[in-house]
Amino acid sequence: MAEWLSISDVKRKISESSAEEVTAAYLETIGKSRINGYTCTYDGALEMAKMADKGEGEGLLAGVPIAIKDNISTKGLATTCSSKILEGYVPPYDAHVIERLKAEGAVILGKTNMDEFAMGTSTESSCYGVTMNPWDLERVPGGSSGGSAAVVAAGEAPISLGSDTGGSVRCPAAFCGVVGLKPTYGAVSRYGLISYANSLEQIGPMATSVEDIATVMDVIGGYDPRDSTSINREIGYRDALVDDVKGLKIGVPDEYFGEGVDSGVEKSVWDAISKYEEMGATWEKVSMPNTKYALAAYYTIAMSEASSNLARFDGTRYGPRNDGENWHVMASRTRAEFFGKEVQRRILLGTYALSAGYQDKYYLKALKVRTLVKQDFDKALSNVDVLMGPTMPMPAFKIGEKIEDPLSQYLADVNTVPMNLAGVPCISVPCGSSDGLPVGLQIIGNHFDEATLIRAAYSFEKNTDHNKARPAEVV
Amino acid sequence: MITKDEVEHVGWLARIEIDDADAEDYAVKLSSVLDYFGQLDEVDTEGVEPTYHVADIMNVFREDVVTPSLDQKDVLENTAAEKDGYIKAPRII
Repeated sequence: MAEWLSISDVKRKISESSAEEVTAAYLETIGKSRINGYTCTYDGALEMAKMADKGEGEGLLAGVPIAIKDNISTKGLATTCSSKILEGYVPPYDAHVIERLKAEGAVILGKTNMDEFAMGTSTESSCYGVTMNPWDLERVPGGSSGGSAAVVAAGEAPISLGSDTGGSVRCPAAFCGVVGLKPTYGAVSRYGLISYANSLEQIGPMATSVEDIATVMDVIGGYDPRDSTSINREIGYRDALVDDVKGLKIGVPDEYFGEGVDSGVEKSVWDAISKYEEMGATWEKVSMPNTKYALAAYYTIAMSEASSNLARFDGTRYGPRNDGENWHVMASRTRAEFFGKEVQRRILLGTYALSAGYQDKYYLKALKVRTLVKQDFDKALSNVDVLMGPTMPMPAFKIGEKIEDPLSQYLADVNTVPMNLAGVPCISVPCGSSDGLPVGLQIIGNHFDEATLIRAAYSFEKNTDHNKARPAEVV
Repeated sequence: MITKDEVEHVGWLARIEIDDADAEDYAVKLSSVLDYFGQLDEVDTEGVEPTYHVADIMNVFREDVVTPSLDQKDVLENTAAEKDGYIKAPRII
């Protein structure tokens, strides 16, 4: 398999050879891949690398290859949300984050596989087939940004971008043993991200180290007037790379260790908390009483927003089109044929929840519960600096194990969705293993306090060996 | 329990054609999820304001300045049917 390279490793290799050679090596590795992590590679990648070579290494990511989730618009490169309904769609513009990456000299390797329209926890619902977990090819990589996490874990990209609506960066990061950050809602522009549930989702980076996460955030974070929810607030992500947690106050919610948490996961997370204590932090139990309702509120809101956001996919302006004697029939047949079953289920549920007579019962009620969940975070984080718990209650499950039972897959998101409802930032870092599979420690902070998250995660990484664990040969 | 007829009605609202076999399957799977959503009824939300967006911002304005839009030719590249610079669609009424 390819080497696990950090951004600084890649830059060293570029100085010894060239960005073109480094990119060519990655493309060769991707060509031999067995994990199905990419939906396509970018024909212009080598040209971008050559331009980086000509620019003599200007830019924070000059010549550094990056993989992009297939729901982030890239000019001239197919962007399909891993759905047949967008087959052949090539965006005529770049997302804000892509503009930023290009401005800093990054090289786009290709688009990564995902659950169709980012709906899932396993990357099994892609029209391009399942992505395999590099740690065990019979297991899922997590979702919905499974491809983005798996290609980093397999050494097929040093860094990647995903999107996190209910845990879609943190879950695959945990299952694949890499680092993944969901920034504060509004910290990264969503302009050019194909929307699923716009009040919940954020673009976030994945990498092999916290340092690389901070570097990517310094590139993609910041204000963008084209996204009306973007917030103008400067955060120095790399400035927060400090190996010191003395005096850090950690809150540990009992509710994150509820019924069904795997014993290996639980042990790894408590060992991590003990390590923090050893490093000079303190911890206390905190209560998040509305956590048990977060999942139902989350899915009600996400599906309602999905039913509205996905209304634009009707075969008229882009994607394949079915026949019909009028627009209604054409659109209904197109959507029935080209949306996958899980997407159809969520649109139907969202439409039902928003339909006459049910809007107050489901949607409005969920928005009120969202307020209570947010108040839990406000209260807990007024007494402690960060919260900690398992990212996922279990390690990566087997391919096919949960696909036929949507509810059982939704339940796996119990520890990740509350943060999207509250909009707070959170990071998943490798903290051990269970039955040979990676376990993620989730660290949660206050709005726009990514600096504390990065300091906590960086200190843990510097004082443990967990992020040095590598999957077996997969190429 | 959501009925097969309700599934078909929601399918019409959502612009998704549903055949008989799928309607049966959806009725079962959608019902189990809606039952799960039903647990929200347990929560006392009397006097609680809904949170539509966590970012506490309202009324985002910008100057009314014309900026370049996407190139018409580039946009039309993605449609299945085009005529004279327009997207061709089936009749609506």
